[in-house]
Amino acid sequence: MRRYLTRKILIYTLTFFLAVTIDWLIPRFMPGDPIRNMLARVSVASNASAIQMMYDYYARLFGLDLPLWQQYLNFWKALFQGNLGISTYLFPTPVIEVLKRAVPYDAFLLIPSILLAWYAGNNFGAIAARSKRLDNFILPLSYVLTATPYMWLGILLAWFFGIVLGLFPIAGAYSFSLRPTWSWTFVLDLLHHWFLPFASLFIIDFGGWAIGMRNMIIYELEAEYSRYLTALGAPQRLIRRYAFNNAILPQITGLALRLGVIVAGALVTEVVFSYPGIGYLLLAAIQNQDYFLIQGCFLFIILGVLIANFVIDLVYIVVDPRTRRGMVGESA
Amino acid sequence: MALKVENLTVYYQTLRGDVHALEHATFQIADGEIMGLAGESGCGKTTLGHSLIVLFPPMKYIAGKVLLDGEELPIWDSERMNAYRFRKVSLIPQYAMNAMNPIRKIGKMIQELLESRGVDYREVLPELKRRLDLVSLSHEVLNMYPIELSGGMKQRMVMVISSLLNPSLLIADEITSALDVATQKAVAEMLVEFRDCQFVNTMIVVTHDISILYQIADSILIMYAGVLAEKAPTQSIIESPRHPYTRMLISSLPEVGVRHADKRLSGIPGNPPLLLNPPTGCRFRDRCPLAYERCLEEPPFLEIEKDHYVACWKEFESHA
Repeated sequence: MRRYLTRKILIYTLTFFLAVTIDWLIPRFMPGDPIRNMLARVSVASNASAIQMMYDYYARLFGLDLPLWQQYLNFWKALFQGNLGISTYLFPTPVIEVLKRAVPYDAFLLIPSILLAWYAGNNFGAIAARSKRLDNFILPLSYVLTATPYMWLGILLAWFFGIVLGLFPIAGAYSFSLRPTWSWTFVLDLLHHWFLPFASLFIIDFGGWAIGMRNMIIYELEAEYSRYLTALGAPQRLIRRYAFNNAILPQITGLALRLGVIVAGALVTEVVFSYPGIGYLLLAAIQNQDYFLIQGCFLFIILGVLIANFVIDLVYIVVDPRTRRGMVGESA
Repeated sequence: MALKVENLTVYYQTLRGDVHALEHATFQIADGEIMGLAGESGCGKTTLGHSLIVLFPPMKYIAGKVLLDGEELPIWDSERMNAYRFRKVSLIPQYAMNAMNPIRKIGKMIQELLESRGVDYREVLPELKRRLDLVSLSHEVLNMYPIELSGGMKQRMVMVISSLLNPSLLIADEITSALDVATQKAVAEMLVEFRDCQFVNTMIVVTHDISILYQIADSILIMYAGVLAEKAPTQSIIESPRHPYTRMLISSLPEVGVRHADKRLSGIPGNPPLLLNPPTGCRFRDRCPLAYERCLEEPPFLEIEKDHYVACWKEFESHA
């Protein structure tokens, strides 16, 4: 058990270092640089030498005049002190402050949509597996849903429910006329704005899980332990329950594998609905070449995906005795 | 008679038509009898074994009657059959290695299975433990997952589970095939012990290994291409087989003390017919050295001596 966990933590730490390094590297491959971008936006001076002076000043301030390897080391040093730098796009707000404002919206959008889609998809798939009529209807629908790009469905929902029917707002996390407070009006408004982005994430993931579960249940019902129970006259209820318990295991692994895809889907959905989460922020950061904000956003995504995967590893130990027993052996 | 099977016919439904896997099976088994059911792969022996307890699609009941202890089994109706399964008829499957739910502790699985059949686990537990002792499994296995048991242990565990409710008929399907020779013998002897302790009344042991049957079976039923060829007490089948197929089958077994470098082991030339569209008449006709015009008609399965049944025109002729 201990060995298994140490090994997992080691792998996750290594992944973290690699991912963060790539995250640091990629913005720096972009043409142009954040300081010039920032100065162009404020356009304080027209004099070329004045701009050059300001450029040098800010470059020194952000540490961008140093050689790359030095910048890299500084980045890690700062990171361990919990310092993600200062955003050039939202200058002079520290990146960590910007993220703190965005993360609750992500959690609010992602956690319910991922978990509910997983739960509902699995249950629907299991029901579809034993009802021919439901199966004929759900399966093709699920294939269409799971193949739909997130942003396309988002646009479609926004157009239909937002513009044609006018039922839901299509942008923002709450109305511009309101200020965030803990009042019923605000909470209802928040939910009203939350619904469409949530629905577009939920619907697509739901399709994928339903297909997976349906196929797994059919496979498990054909498995030999199911046949043995049938031969011993066990009621369908017991056989189905066993099949479900076995079929859910690959779906848990699937959740770990798909998390990355879902998070990427959430990014584009947030852009479609101008939802002020990390995805929306990331787009703005990239457009403004804000190295520090890009790094910060990716850092959060990396951490989120890794932590979620680790949690799933732990859950797996609980639900599948075979992993637990396997841990004492060589393969642990 | 404990088990009486009359004219049992089961087909496999396929896209290309019905496969005549079992036709006109008529035989009976006496109380306390262990009947071996042998034949080559695809001859319908597993179909016969399974049709007495559960018909999985594409298996389809066509005709026939099965009487167990004088009561007719509704084998065509899977729902009604549930009442008889496990309590009256039980099965040790070919796939004993994978027969238990991999993510349940064995004891817990047995408990859930028993309770689903309306049996109190705590009442059965002392007997269950006694039987574990009998097959030399520790009581600890009830707290283990199937993955923690070896192949032989799983086999014995499944034997205990299947016979737990003292069924009248126990069908053991190819249970020794996956085991090494030493374990085979132990498992086969356990079957006999189960009968001797009266856990089960009668037993059908399906196998293609006649040497195992020689050790444990009271009688042997030989099948060929979906029909019964011969049934007789074990001694008669081995020493004086009547059906040409049985004779050739027995003579193709290796014997102890014979060096097969000197004497080439003879097989049976040819292949069994395809059962999708089986030939009329005796199905062994094409491979039979004794075949003559009468064999174009299907031979009945008749008793030519006491307890010795055979389906061959030549034999009827010599006894007529």
